[in-house]
Amino acid sequence: MKELNKDIVIIGAGPAGLAAALSAHDSGARDMIVLERDEYSGGILNQCIHNGFGLHTFKEELTGPEYAARFSAMVEERGIACLFGTTVLSVDGGQKTVTAVNRDGIMKIHARAIILACGCRERPRGAVNIAGTRPAGVYSAGTAQRLINIDGKHIGNDVFILGSGDIGLIMARRMIFEGARVHGVAELMPYSSGLNRNIAQCLDDFDIPLMLSTTVVDIRGRNRVSSVVVANVDGSKKPIMSTAREIPCDTLLLSVGLLPENELASSAGVGLCRATGGGDVDDTFMTDTDGVFMCGNCLHVHDLVDYVSSESAACGRFAAQYVAGNKADGQKTEVCVTGGVRYCVPQRISKSGGALTFRMRVDGVYRKCRLAVYADGKEVFAKTRPICTLGEMETVELNAAQSDAVRGARSVEIKLIKAVEV
Amino acid sequence: MSGKKLKTENVDRTCEVKKFVCICCPIGCELTATVNGDGGISVTGNTCKRGASYAVTELTSPTRTVTSTVRINGGIIDRVPVKTAQPVPKEKMFDVLFGVGGIKRIEVDAPIKAGDVIIKNVAGTGVDVIATRDVDRTEI
Repeated sequence: MKELNKDIVIIGAGPAGLAAALSAHDSGARDMIVLERDEYSGGILNQCIHNGFGLHTFKEELTGPEYAARFSAMVEERGIACLFGTTVLSVDGGQKTVTAVNRDGIMKIHARAIILACGCRERPRGAVNIAGTRPAGVYSAGTAQRLINIDGKHIGNDVFILGSGDIGLIMARRMIFEGARVHGVAELMPYSSGLNRNIAQCLDDFDIPLMLSTTVVDIRGRNRVSSVVVANVDGSKKPIMSTAREIPCDTLLLSVGLLPENELASSAGVGLCRATGGGDVDDTFMTDTDGVFMCGNCLHVHDLVDYVSSESAACGRFAAQYVAGNKADGQKTEVCVTGGVRYCVPQRISKSGGALTFRMRVDGVYRKCRLAVYADGKEVFAKTRPICTLGEMETVELNAAQSDAVRGARSVEIKLIKAVEV
Repeated sequence: MSGKKLKTENVDRTCEVKKFVCICCPIGCELTATVNGDGGISVTGNTCKRGASYAVTELTSPTRTVTSTVRINGGIIDRVPVKTAQPVPKEKMFDVLFGVGGIKRIEVDAPIKAGDVIIKNVAGTGVDVIATRDVDRTEI
């Protein structure tokens, strides 16, 4: 077996891995390698052919492949080694070894730091327990997106979509652009978790109905989907069967949520966060396993790739500092979230360091609320938000003085102070 | 087959107020455009300059950037992603895709470079369709 030694091994050459590699290099790390199971870099961006990426990072509107290409080019310019067609089989967190396989055989890489940038997966049909037969024609939306946009497959003519997150909305328009008919998008919640602009440009532009508080209760068809049955749901999200109606279709797309991909992290013995299914990290993006870092959608699922890039850049910088010997001190303070904040990243902070950024999600839709940070019960930061929704990540950026106050505290709390819950 | 017919929104000059969701960025501002008696348009609800010009365009001649894929022969992948280099009139979207010489009616051969013009002056819009990704030839 081939054995290698590297300062930093980055697993995944999607937007997170690329940004982490770039900034680790620019922070002084040289001896590193990026492992990617696909034959090219860019990850999920390659199938996100629509535009709207990069407004924060590049100040212009790019498609997914264009955004990916800019990062790939910067990584190439710096001569950072990437191994494609290379699947990581296991990670040993204690020994910091990565075992991977590709055409040349199996290899073991001894690392000083490992960055997990493995992205996320879609929740499948089984995770939402839809009753019915098991015909062909049921796809998760991202799978359909890949089949159409990269593999050039024709996946169906008459489409129904469950889930109104951004992927579901984008795929509604995409199916229209492939010549299919889209008969509706059902959403279990009384509101869409997708961006308003996607409802406008992906549904309203094509008169596709958005059915709120509605779910699919039955999938029908023997070999191929022949119809789905939808029903309204009550306040506790239970279907009201008297409202059930059948919608003929041959394809059902499921856009019912994303989950951080952490098979490798689990096998590495890395602790995960129960709220996100992603990493449980400190303010240097290091997990509970010394020298193992995490960024991007395997840490927590993001709405915008620009946020993935900036978060992962920070992660890469900290990993470079770590291998240079600048380790964060051992003592960490847990960040407590209350009052409607579902989770926050980082989950733990060190006693010393630079300005802190917290990214978080709330657990409902709240209007006219305040998002506040407390150190030992004293408010050190607050901002008012006209609306907070599940679908939109909230960011709190503290200045140096606020960060010092938070780092010095024995207890840290982030709280949503609600005025009106919708 | 060209999907559903687009909703054609007639701008009724007597109707003074129109609401849109801005599609310029992820914020999605709720814009209100008011057509004044003299034909001038004033916009509220926008949080940046792009929102104001979006509302005016949406009211007078709405446009969209069309993104899709074109069949590619001999490449490492089977479709090359493309976009209209500029937004095209909204009512021309289906001509751009399905019309004669449109995105879904043509094929190209690998290799293709991002930025290559795939279709010149698509559907008579004066706008080119360009590739958004490099597609190398497959090694045989």
